Amino acid sequence: MIPTTRPKVELLDQTFIAKILEEAFVILERQGVFVENVEARSLFKKAGMAVDESQQRVTLTRKLVEEALAATPSSIKLYDRSGQKEFLVGGDEVHFNPGSAAVKIFDHQARQERKADTSDLVAFYRLTESLGHLHFQSTGLISADVPEIIADSYRLFLGLQFCTKPVVTGTFRVEGFRPMFEMLAAVRGGTEELRSKPLAIFDACPSPPLKWSHLTSQSLIDCARAGIPSELISMGMTGATSPVTIAGTLVQHVVENLSGLVICQLARAGAPVIFGGSPSSFDMRKGTTPMGAVETMMLDMAYAQIGKHLCLPTHAYMGLSDSKINDSQAGLESGIGAVLAALAGVNVVSGAGMMNFESSQSLEKLVIDDEICGMAYRLISGISQRDEPLALPLFENIRPETQFLTMPHTRKWYRLEHTFPLLADRDPYDAWASLGKKTMADRAFDEVQRILAQNAPRLVEEKLRTELRKIMAADAKQNGAEKLPEIPMT
Amino acid sequence: MTKDDLLKDMAQAIVEGDRQAAEALAKEALARNLDLHEVVEKGYIPGIQKVGDLWERGDYFLPELITSAECMKAAMAVLRPALERARIADVSLGKVVIGTIEGDIHDIGKNLVASMLSANGFEVSDLGADVKLERFIQSALDMKADFICLSALLTTTMLGQRRFMELLKERGLRSQFKVLVGGAPVNQKWADSIGADGYAENAPAAVKLAKSLRGKR
Repeated sequence: MIPTTRPKVELLDQTFIAKILEEAFVILERQGVFVENVEARSLFKKAGMAVDESQQRVTLTRKLVEEALAATPSSIKLYDRSGQKEFLVGGDEVHFNPGSAAVKIFDHQARQERKADTSDLVAFYRLTESLGHLHFQSTGLISADVPEIIADSYRLFLGLQFCTKPVVTGTFRVEGFRPMFEMLAAVRGGTEELRSKPLAIFDACPSPPLKWSHLTSQSLIDCARAGIPSELISMGMTGATSPVTIAGTLVQHVVENLSGLVICQLARAGAPVIFGGSPSSFDMRKGTTPMGAVETMMLDMAYAQIGKHLCLPTHAYMGLSDSKINDSQAGLESGIGAVLAALAGVNVVSGAGMMNFESSQSLEKLVIDDEICGMAYRLISGISQRDEPLALPLFENIRPETQFLTMPHTRKWYRLEHTFPLLADRDPYDAWASLGKKTMADRAFDEVQRILAQNAPRLVEEKLRTELRKIMAADAKQNGAEKLPEIPMT
Repeated sequence: MTKDDLLKDMAQAIVEGDRQAAEALAKEALARNLDLHEVVEKGYIPGIQKVGDLWERGDYFLPELITSAECMKAAMAVLRPALERARIADVSLGKVVIGTIEGDIHDIGKNLVASMLSANGFEVSDLGADVKLERFIQSALDMKADFICLSALLTTTMLGQRRFMELLKERGLRSQFKVLVGGAPVNQKWADSIGADGYAENAPAAVKLAKSLRGKR
């Protein structure tokens, strides 16, 4: 049998990758990066690097970076809440998850954005739980009914209760790490158990150009020591906060990511790190950062390819849209992005449900995007040789009236060869019309309602729930919030 | 070179974003002892106005817009000492305090507005990003500002714009300043609801708005 080819797209040839890396090493060595965090700078000093304290600038030798790269695992295993289901983050594995973190939710019926509250987050997590093509969850919405200062821990608090999938999250404040770490350890049954079976990825975003803020450096250090994978989210905006050329921004991207990776390895050698990002093409007319721009996707695919070249797990913000509503733009940008991410073999693809420059989440779009992700998975599963020979026996007794519908061969293979969309309309016109001439967004709305009405939330057991609530309440209290919102149960 | 040619070249230098030429022409104007008021009004200002027009027509994008604005600022810096000596105070269209509100480190949009206001003849004090509300007021009082411009890219910091309006009222300073708001999540409705004096969608629009509120030009 002929082995199945995994379809793949690469934008850079080897000499181009080598050139980008070469220039990145020169910048790391000459200009270095800005590191606000005192502890991170002292780690660099201990490693023998030149540190300019007045400018908070650190230069990195090629040797140090190469040693750090050699110490970084080439793949990571994440586990769901039960610890039974394993997800390999590495190779050409692709794991879609919702985009994070939106400050608003798009209300389908009101046709406008609004702030999200606890009940929206619960709905969002329950949907994520039920959507099969989203392998991971993400703390993708900010709840406006708790004080802003505990927004980071609160979203994880809900996510861990209403969704069993591994979670992509991150801190908004240095102090946020402790309660979030405690919650994860509580779910896993201990800090060592969490280290051996990671449940979460923490995003850390350098500030372009070339700066690791106090908060993000601390997150890298804390995560490295706890064995939590750090996802480096470099986000240059072409021509605004990074060079205007795609290749130039790739150089900056590599500098930022590699310096972050070194911080992780200096904090604890062997710390899991994901080579990721959220760069964008900067719109020179509107001054905005379109995530649905084809150049943004080209940047993503290219740095992911460089990450693979460096034998690192990869991540990108793809499969999302800048549209404000679930229209053609939302579908086309998300569709192209998800398919390209899959073809590029990006390991962690964040974006589902997201609109409006990473600022808004839509439950309806989440369901539509799940279907898009399903198409992308089918695409990269490739064309297989199912039989030997392929088709000769099917034609042995061929006659003009032969049809294939009733052949055992058809029944044997059709479910493996073909996927069936839930939302895409494949009805004849009259059937579609008789169902109310609905758009895909309308059908997605119906589906959201159906899922939320049917599936009872899979709550964590009482003991764990109490423990999580205790951690959350302590964090809230420390930040002046005596009472937390009621959590809706169905 | 005749004076008219010189003035034309000044406008052209701004339109083309040629900083070296803009500065050299300013120096030449000083050396030739030209009427500096005329130099600004008939040389440089028409240049930056043309840039605004090209933006509105869709010919110019942000790189051209911002480069021309920086060019204008550079030329004005050359002329400023002499303008001040000659007491041509009229050149300033008004004083502006601008910044991105506390909790927000995004400042690209704000920088564009500051640059364009400055290039169009406003005296601009840019307080940067992550600026405390109190500091806006203090700086505005210190420089006797006409305008306070508040930028916010995040919905959370947008709320700071409302708090600022309340703070101004509490201090009894509301009538002293014109408050303009901007930023990605901001719109006219929001500006109206918090009682701001104006909202602009982009940098050239902000210049128009400030000019109209100033009642000049």
